[in-house]
Amino acid sequence: MPKDHGIGASHKRREDVRFLTGAGNYTDDINVHGQAYVHFLRSDMAHGKINSIDTSEAEGMPGVVRIFTGADFEGVGGLPCGWQVTDKNGDPMKEPAHPVLAQGKVRHVGDPIAAVVADSLEQARTAAEAIVVDIEELPAVVDMAKALEAGATKVHDDLDDNLCYDWQFGTDTETTDAAFKNAAHVTTLELVNNRLVANPMEPRVAVGDYSRANDEHTLYTTSQNPHVIRLLMGAFVLGIPEHKLRVVAPDVGGGFGTKIFHYAEEAFCTFAAKACNRPVKWTSTRSEAFMSDAHGRDHVTKIELALDADNNFVGVRTDTLANMGAYLSTFSSSVPTWLHGTLMAGNYKTPAVQVNVKAVFTNTVPVDAYRGAGRPEATFQLERVIDKAARELGVDPIALRRQNFITQFPYATPVAVEYDTGDYEATMAKMEELMDIPGFAARRAESEKNGKLRGLGVNCFIEACGIAPSNLVGQLGARAGLYDAATVRVNATGSISVMVGAHSHGQGHETVFPQVVAEMLGIDESMVDIVHGDTSKIPFGMGTYGSRSLAVCGSAMVRATEKIINKAKKIAGHLLEASDSDIELKDGQFTVAGTDKSVAWGDVTLAAYVPHNYPLEDIEPGLEETAFYDPANFTYPAGAYACEVEVDPDTGKVTIEKFVSADDFGNVVNPMIVEGQVHGGIAQGIGQALLENCAYDENGQLLSASYMDYAMPRADDIPHMSNYVVDHSCQTPCTHNPLGVKGCGEAGAIGSPPTVVNAVIDALHSGGHTHVNHIDMPVSPSRVWAAINGQ
Amino acid sequence: MYSFDIQRPTSVADAVSALGAEEAQALGGGQTLIPTLKQRLASPSVLVSLGAIAEIKGVCTGDDGALCIGGGTTHATVAKEASAYPALAALAGNIGDPAVRNRGTIGGSLANNDPSACYPAAALASGATIVTNSRSIAADDYFQGMFATALEEGEIITEVRFPVPEKAAYMKFEQPASRFALVGVFVAKYADGVRVAVTGASEDGVFRWTDAEAALSSNFSADAVPAAPSGDGMISDLHGSGAYRAHLVAVMTKRAVAAAS
Repeated sequence: MPKDHGIGASHKRREDVRFLTGAGNYTDDINVHGQAYVHFLRSDMAHGKINSIDTSEAEGMPGVVRIFTGADFEGVGGLPCGWQVTDKNGDPMKEPAHPVLAQGKVRHVGDPIAAVVADSLEQARTAAEAIVVDIEELPAVVDMAKALEAGATKVHDDLDDNLCYDWQFGTDTETTDAAFKNAAHVTTLELVNNRLVANPMEPRVAVGDYSRANDEHTLYTTSQNPHVIRLLMGAFVLGIPEHKLRVVAPDVGGGFGTKIFHYAEEAFCTFAAKACNRPVKWTSTRSEAFMSDAHGRDHVTKIELALDADNNFVGVRTDTLANMGAYLSTFSSSVPTWLHGTLMAGNYKTPAVQVNVKAVFTNTVPVDAYRGAGRPEATFQLERVIDKAARELGVDPIALRRQNFITQFPYATPVAVEYDTGDYEATMAKMEELMDIPGFAARRAESEKNGKLRGLGVNCFIEACGIAPSNLVGQLGARAGLYDAATVRVNATGSISVMVGAHSHGQGHETVFPQVVAEMLGIDESMVDIVHGDTSKIPFGMGTYGSRSLAVCGSAMVRATEKIINKAKKIAGHLLEASDSDIELKDGQFTVAGTDKSVAWGDVTLAAYVPHNYPLEDIEPGLEETAFYDPANFTYPAGAYACEVEVDPDTGKVTIEKFVSADDFGNVVNPMIVEGQVHGGIAQGIGQALLENCAYDENGQLLSASYMDYAMPRADDIPHMSNYVVDHSCQTPCTHNPLGVKGCGEAGAIGSPPTVVNAVIDALHSGGHTHVNHIDMPVSPSRVWAAINGQ
Repeated sequence: MYSFDIQRPTSVADAVSALGAEEAQALGGGQTLIPTLKQRLASPSVLVSLGAIAEIKGVCTGDDGALCIGGGTTHATVAKEASAYPALAALAGNIGDPAVRNRGTIGGSLANNDPSACYPAAALASGATIVTNSRSIAADDYFQGMFATALEEGEIITEVRFPVPEKAAYMKFEQPASRFALVGVFVAKYADGVRVAVTGASEDGVFRWTDAEAALSSNFSADAVPAAPSGDGMISDLHGSGAYRAHLVAVMTKRAVAAAS
């Protein structure tokens, strides 16, 4: 029987009542009395030298409050990068300045040149049109390989070249080379992991407010991590002490990673609110989002897989170019390195794994973490090359994977991480069962009768979530701790507010977190509410990304709740005239063990706040506890995915007929929400695999700058729900956090792209198109047709 | 968007008069014009909305049997009421999404003549007559290249007359992002021959594929469709090369012939 309360119950999301009835309080719903509006004048060229900016005419236009340019930010810090990567020679990465408004040069289409603050948005836009900007266009570098050629135009004149770092990781070169030299077979694949735009439903918003009365700043912003923004912006950009800076991220309409980062517009609105002595609001248009939200992925990789004569994997070697764009976004440097290289062992016991990554500056929008962040890139290349190897060797791709699975845990990989637990055979077997692999031949025959080619693609993946042990990431260059925090505030009548550092922007924390607390205390979930997204209300937590909320912040909440229980037992022991070690808590009742003497939860909480009969000599009144939790290790969700596609050979169009996922997330608190996360993640992965393509021309013009050209997945691109099966019944609980949970937010987006591409290649081979070994994503109709026809 | 005045005349005569003002612009359903205005890519001083003119709305059958659609008729209405010409009703019912179909009009679409729009293919393949406030224009004379038509400044499409074919079908292969036609082919079989019009493919906008018309006029079967036309002059962009579009012209033509009813 499924549970109907507490941990394991599939409760509907309580926050959806307000989201679905128009009662949400999104950032753009926030309006501060007297606010002005800012419009950013953005570069329409990819690269250019700013000769002059003349704002004189614009300043006199109706409604204009003030116009800012880069000159107003001289002496103000630039936007910082939160992770220093050290290259293979031991040198730090190149870290060019990232000004709030462009200084000297513009470096990508969308780079902000000037900001007009006016009484109305339309007035600001009109005035911006009157700004005269003299920019001398420079050649743009867009292609990463060309950007690294000697003599290439430099994105940053103060650097030697466009190389941010040259990173090498994993097994040493001598051992790796020996593995390849002694191999019976080597499979090589060159591929692109396509650049994506995150496209959360709600565009970014920032509202800066300043109180002259007490010198306090408030920033309302679409953020996944308000404390991180407060720290980065306060300490590194604007020099505002944290007690004078409040950051509020209310209901945020989706993030997918792109709202982790500290953006220029946030710093600008905070700065301008004081400079203008007036609240300043910015709401991104969708067009602006395409050229100012950090993009995702954009790797070009050559991967080699070495196998011995028995088809055991003996070596993996990769060479990747990773696009940083024009500036280093907050966590950009960590994505192709520590979030990518550490996963290159996959689910396999390959003894030698070497990862090489060159990060490259180009005249494009900065690239940073997007749902999965580094792990989709790792999974895609590894699972594609394994599929190609199986084809070359004429072996079953499932059997080849199975033969090489890691089966003993804990397992230390050659790429620095230790998987605590897992059962890859179990998820593979579950996937095979759900997919009905034996029935595939009949389904393929049916498709062929209709002139379609049917393919089956499989894939395994591992990810590192629950980010992250602070001491470890500190050694790796992180400039932040990655713990989280929770305060459990029990009120006098027994209701509870839990202030959490995690941030919910679609994840359903308001439903899930109370399930845990209510289970621990044996009380009704309706008595527990979550408070998040406001640095003035919550403890210093690090926010939500990397599938970490429940594993890290949830663990802090468990620790704080344990403290509550310990104190409450002392109060109950006093009330019941028994030793607190004899007190048991069950179903909201404190009972003296072995007796019928008991006191209810509400009586204990009331005593804590009305301490008339209370052990004041031993404990303080009140019932509120905070815990900070720093994980001992990453968590390692893993899974096996499969899909069947039909390819129309006349048009090249791919349709996904069935998709199956078998995930191991460890313990699950709310199965419905987990399934929803996986459904959404797979939909985004299908988007990457078949549709989404952020493309630039050779001059750095963004070709896919609106939904007219950037294809988002829609409901009819996803299989019907009866053919869209997500399963999480294989559970090996995490060994090092109190809930045994691993994280589920990114799995779908990590596991699905190679599954889809593997299926398309399988379909084409079944149709005799055996020359097609790879098609770069998105596997669009035109690309499939071109591949079939050798074009 | 920039500020503008708006007028909502209730007759064609008043609309024509209002459009005589300097920098006046007619507004149909606004599915192209409003986004253009929001991006500040157009700055008319007066918008003359045609939405209140009852005389240019509706679907009826003319004395000669042609299906007559008022220029201000929405796609949703055509989808529902053009049952005398099922292929045309199906085309209208598959333009954009419900919001677009409830606002967008046939006159607006034909006046804009987007190279990837659906209606131009139907009008050209049907040999339709575009009726304006001042004259009647044969479809063969009306379409003059991408976003270019025979309309004069201030001229309003009041009606489009479609001769109803014996058989017809429209096949659209969607551009993955916009879901406009990457290639759309409308095939219409009349007693005196077959007409085939292609949208989405050519840099010159909608065109008649005369080789296919000749072949299909003597043998109306998918097998009779000739090899794909040349990719020269076809649109080449992120979503497909000219050669791919040319290939799709033949594929979609075959499918339209097979589906024609």
